[in-house]
Amino acid sequence: MTASTDIKRDRWSSGVAPYAEMGYFDSDYEPKDTDVLCAFRITPQDGVDPIEAAAAVAGESSTATWTVVWTDRLTAHEHYQAKAYEVNEIPGRPGEYMAKIAYDIDLFEEGSIANLTSSIIGNVFGFKALKALRLEDMRIPIAYVKTFQGPPHGIVSEREMLDKFGRPLLGATVKPKLGLSAKNYGRVVYEALKGGLDFTKDDENINSQPFMRWRERFLYSIEGVNRASASSGEVKGHYMNVTAADMEDMYERAEFAKEVGSVIIMIDLTVGYTAMQSMSKWARKNGLILHLHRAGHGTYTRQKTHGVSFRVIAKWCRLLGVDHIHAGTVVGKLEGDPNTTRGFYDTLRLDHVPANPEHGIFFDQDWASLPAVMPVASGGIHAGQMHQLLHYLGEDVVLQFGGGTIGHPMGIGAGATANRVAVEAMIQARNEGKDYYQEGPDILEHAAKGCPELAAALQVWKDITFDFQSTDTPDYTVTPSIA
Amino acid sequence: MRITQGAFSFLPDLTDEQIEAQIRYSLSQGWALSVEYTDDPHPRNNLWEMWGLPQFDLAPEESGVVMGDMRACREANPECYIKVIAYDPTHGRQTTGLSFIVNRPSHEPGFRLDRTDAHDRTQRYSLYSYASGDPSGARYGAGTKAD
Repeated sequence: MTASTDIKRDRWSSGVAPYAEMGYFDSDYEPKDTDVLCAFRITPQDGVDPIEAAAAVAGESSTATWTVVWTDRLTAHEHYQAKAYEVNEIPGRPGEYMAKIAYDIDLFEEGSIANLTSSIIGNVFGFKALKALRLEDMRIPIAYVKTFQGPPHGIVSEREMLDKFGRPLLGATVKPKLGLSAKNYGRVVYEALKGGLDFTKDDENINSQPFMRWRERFLYSIEGVNRASASSGEVKGHYMNVTAADMEDMYERAEFAKEVGSVIIMIDLTVGYTAMQSMSKWARKNGLILHLHRAGHGTYTRQKTHGVSFRVIAKWCRLLGVDHIHAGTVVGKLEGDPNTTRGFYDTLRLDHVPANPEHGIFFDQDWASLPAVMPVASGGIHAGQMHQLLHYLGEDVVLQFGGGTIGHPMGIGAGATANRVAVEAMIQARNEGKDYYQEGPDILEHAAKGCPELAAALQVWKDITFDFQSTDTPDYTVTPSIA
Repeated sequence: MRITQGAFSFLPDLTDEQIEAQIRYSLSQGWALSVEYTDDPHPRNNLWEMWGLPQFDLAPEESGVVMGDMRACREANPECYIKVIAYDPTHGRQTTGLSFIVNRPSHEPGFRLDRTDAHDRTQRYSLYSYASGDPSGARYGAGTKAD
């Protein structure tokens, strides 16, 4: 028997067909409550139709390959095809389009960020027909949210574990990042915590190098934690970075952190989603807070036209479950437009995040009571900015002053005290009804009268600002950088 | 030493006027106010004695009610730690919104750090409150009545 070669041209004809004609674009499609929705910023190559480009993104991130395959007909293919349902020009950004694409929930394995990301940001970001592609936002349907357990503890449980309420938590990253011996390292931990901080932190690239192996660091650091706890009567912690080359080493380090009595461990984003989710499970099982340092994210989150917005990374991290995540300072040394940063903080902390283009939020997001993640503000912040930090970042945040503690002219403990007095004075003033944002400098000066450590901090860092134009901004409004 | 639990322990002790301002703020948030006291300030002691039940449904201008509770607790337990606790019952919170110390013993001896040597230089730490050598109610000098 010979196969027929006389087939009429249609959707199933062999060869290459436009994605839009294969069902990957449907302007009439009404997204279901259970669909995963994505907003992509698409920059097609010259001459490529934006609708076809959007359909191609939908196709390549779901069922399509470059040519028609008859085996699609063995499936309920329309069910599995992602559908671009809206494509709009982006005002003020010639050549860029915002495409919204819907994916049926059946496309994704339950509770797996690895699987979700392999689909949504898998092959498609290298697609030749596009100059650039950026995943701006994602709506995770409640049905899919409920397949994750989220943060091992969350903001409420963390505050109860620490018995600290009503003010931002304070931390510092031990500096210099690299080179300290374990004993010297423990000294910094002790002085900073005794001076008034709640947490100290390993930096992202301090793992287990020749100058200081992880086990020694953990021993000397926990000594500092316990000594500071005894001198203050407070629960204190040091984020012990358990990032390592493989899961076996990470588990070994985490087990030792637990054994010596640490309340918290940390991991780096560089370990990958699966490893992060494994450590989340471990932290839930063992009752330790899990801190995430977003090492490396700037390589794909910062540029406006290509990559993945941090608001999406923040969503994935809330789902897979971390208790802390670095999310920007607005006023510090690292990228941070105020409105965009507000969108990140809302995504991490609220139970219902309404769509708000001004903050870069494209979809309503319901978290269905998934615990909230404590955002961490770190990088070039100091006590003199306390009113701005409280204004932009709110109360549920860890403010981390590394240089702003350790670089204090009177010493590490004095730096810590300056920060603690500044935050308590600012909260007190806010609660008393003062316009703390406008009167911030006066409030700090007044508090410094009774606190020479704060007076010295205000003096040494009084002119320090990082006043640069932000790269990652919403297109909704032009926002000035913050002095 | 000075125990620095609570939101304002690094500031000079709050005056009654300042305390009342914090209570007014808390009531304006819709929070329930309560007073708790202890003579066991170990950082893991999260069950301080309740001075009556929390005050629900007070308006900000009724801050005097909470001040009255606080003063009565102080009078009965002058040598105890006392804190004002503002509880946020909203969905998604359902925990303390603000807590701060409003009374301390006249002398705070603090904590001894006990340690036991374990394997490979690992230490087992525990905090021992110097005051807790005496039975509850007989700590921090005369006049305490804690249960």
